[in-house]
Amino acid sequence: MSTADQAVQAGPARPASLGPVLRWLRFFWSELSLIFRRPRNLAMLAVIAAIPVLLGVVLKVSAPAAGNGPAFVNQVTQNGVFLTLAALVVMLTVFLPLAVAVVAGDSVAGEAASGTLRTLLTVPAGRTRLLLVKFSAVLVFCLAACLLVAVAALLTGFLLFPVGRVTLLSGTTIPLADGLLRVLLVVLYATAGLAAIGAIGLALSCLTEHPLAAMAALMVIVIASEIADSVSQISAAHPYLPTHWLLSWDGLLRAPVDSAVTEHGLLSFAAYAVIFGSIAWARLGAADITS
Amino acid sequence: MSRDEVGFGQGKPPDRDGSAVRWSAAAQQAGPLAERAVPRSGQAVPRSGQAGPWSGRSGPRAGQADLAIASRGLTKRFRRGQLAVDGINLAVPAGCVYGFLGPNGSGKTTTIRMLLGLIQPTDGGHQLLGSAMPAGLNAVLPRVGSLVEGPAFYRHLSGRANLARFDAADRTADRRTARARIDQALDRVGLLAAAGKHYRAYSLGMKQRLAIAVSLLQPRDLVILDEPTNGLDPQGTREVRALIRQIAADGVTVFVSSHLLAEVEQTCTHVGVMRTGRLVFQGTLAELRDQHAPRIVVRTSQPELAAKVLADLELAEVTSDDHQVSALLGDAAPEQVNATLVRAGVPVAALDTPRPSLEDLFVQLTGEGFDVDG
Repeated sequence: MSTADQAVQAGPARPASLGPVLRWLRFFWSELSLIFRRPRNLAMLAVIAAIPVLLGVVLKVSAPAAGNGPAFVNQVTQNGVFLTLAALVVMLTVFLPLAVAVVAGDSVAGEAASGTLRTLLTVPAGRTRLLLVKFSAVLVFCLAACLLVAVAALLTGFLLFPVGRVTLLSGTTIPLADGLLRVLLVVLYATAGLAAIGAIGLALSCLTEHPLAAMAALMVIVIASEIADSVSQISAAHPYLPTHWLLSWDGLLRAPVDSAVTEHGLLSFAAYAVIFGSIAWARLGAADITS
Repeated sequence: MSRDEVGFGQGKPPDRDGSAVRWSAAAQQAGPLAERAVPRSGQAVPRSGQAGPWSGRSGPRAGQADLAIASRGLTKRFRRGQLAVDGINLAVPAGCVYGFLGPNGSGKTTTIRMLLGLIQPTDGGHQLLGSAMPAGLNAVLPRVGSLVEGPAFYRHLSGRANLARFDAADRTADRRTARARIDQALDRVGLLAAAGKHYRAYSLGMKQRLAIAVSLLQPRDLVILDEPTNGLDPQGTREVRALIRQIAADGVTVFVSSHLLAEVEQTCTHVGVMRTGRLVFQGTLAELRDQHAPRIVVRTSQPELAAKVLADLELAEVTSDDHQVSALLGDAAPEQVNATLVRAGVPVAALDTPRPSLEDLFVQLTGEGFDVDG
C-alpha cells in the first residue's frame, strides 16, 4: 500500500496538533511563489532593477550641475552609496507604486477573474485567512522591490563611483557600514509606505472582479495624491494624503536620528493599512462570490 | 487525443497502488446502483411541496444524520430583484448519488454556491453533513469536495502545481502527505502522465478532470460537482461518469448537477429537478419513473371492440382513435391483455407498453425548449 493510501485512510484522524501557523506559512509560501514566479511580475522587477543602473550610468556620463536634479543626486558622484537614496527618490514617485498597484490590484480580483477565488474559498482557505495571506504577500513584494532598488543602486554605485565614509545631512560623517545601515532603515520605511498603498490596492481588489480596474484605480489614487500634494493651497490636507509621507525619511539620515517626522509618516501608513485592510475584510467577508 | 486521456477511468495500470482493486471491491459491497436506490435510513425522501426535511420528524434526532445535504426554504434573490432560487427543500440522503437536474438558468449553480457558502441565501438555511451552515463552514468544508461552475485554475502553472496551490490553501491539509495525495488525485482522474504540463495546454476534458481532482485531494464524505461533463465529448462524458461511479463506490455521497438527463439516468440513484428556481421533483429515479404509469397501446382495425375489451378488463383511462386504443396498464400483464383481446376476436396488429422515457418526464417537469420563465 502506498503512502497515499495510508494518508487517505488516516483521514478522519487528521493531525490537529500540526500548528495552524505552519499551515498558514505553507499557504503564504504558495502565495509568494505565485507572485514571484509570475512572468509579468518578474519582468516588472527586472525593470525596477534596471532603472537604478541606468540612473548611475547617466550620472557617470554627465554629472548634473550643482543644485539641479532630485535629492541626493549631487552627492552620488562623490559617494556611490548615495545612488541608493537617489534611486529610491526617483522610483518611489511612480515606478514602485505602479509595481505595487499591479500586484495588490491583482491579488484578489485576479483570483476572482480566473475563478480560482471560488475554489480557494471552497477548499476552504477561509476568507480572513486568505486576506491575511494576500496582504502579507503584498508586504513582502513591497520589501523585495525596495531592496531590489537599493541593492541594484548599491552595486552600480560601487562599480562607477568612489565609495567611502558617508556624510549625513546633519554634516556628520559616519563609517560606511553605519551608512549602509541607514540605507536599510530608509528601505524599511519606504516599504511601510508602499504597503499602505498596497492596502488600498487590496481593498480595491476586493471590490471588483477586474484586476486591471483595481490596478488603474490605485494608480489614479497615487497620482492624484501626488498632484494634490504639490498644490500649496490645500496644504492643510497634505498630511492626510496617502503619498505625502512616502519620501519623508530625511530624519533617518541625520545624527542623531530625528525620528519625529518618520514616526508621523509611519503612523499615517499604519492608519491607511488599518482602514483599507478593514474595508477589504468587510467586503470580502460578506461578498457573494459569483465569479 | 493523448494516451493518458484514453486510459482514464478504465484500464488503470495494474502496478499503481492497487487502488482500482480497492474500488471494485467497494463496488461489490455496495451492490449495483439500483439496489442502493432506497436511502440507508429506509425513509422516503420527501418530495418538494411536502414537508421539508427538517419538519415533521420526531425528536431532536430528526434523521438529519442520514442526510448529507438538507435545506429548508433555501432562497436567493439577487440585488436586481431576480429570484434565482425559490425556497427549495433539498434532502440528499447520505451515500446516494444525487442528480441535480434542470435546464441552464434554472438555479442549479446558485444553489450549489449557497450550499458551499460562496453566496449568502436571502432566506432559509441548510445543513451539510449534519452541521448547520454557514456557522460550520470551516469545519465541514474540508470533508466536502467540490467543483463549481467549470474548471478554474492558474493558467501558467502545471496541473500538479495547481493542485499543490489549492492543497496549500486548505487549512486542514498536511504538507507531509501533500505530494502523495496530489499524485493519487491525479492518478484517479488519469492525469498523472500530464501532471507537468501547463494548465493552458490542457484539453477541455483534462481541465474538467483536473477540477475533479481538486475535490479528491482529501478523503471526502460529500462531493459536489457542478456540471462536470459540461462541454465534454461523449468519450469524456463517459470517463467522468465512470469516475463518479468510482467515487460513489467508496461510500461518498455525490451531488452532481447536470442539464443532461442521460448523464443522471446512468449514474444517479436520486434526482432533484429544478425549474426556474423551484425544486419541482425530488425522489429516487424509480419514483420519478413511477410518476407516469405505463400504458398499453393496441393497434387494431377494430378500435371500438378493443376499447370494450380493455374496459371489461377494468383498465383505466381507455382512449381510442381510428387506429389504436390505449389504456393505463395498471397491474395487468400485457400478454394476458393480448390473449383476451385475441380471444374476443380483436385483430391485434401491434401491442406496445411504452413507458414514458425519462427524457419525456424531464421535459414535462422543466418545460419545452428554451422557455426559461422570467
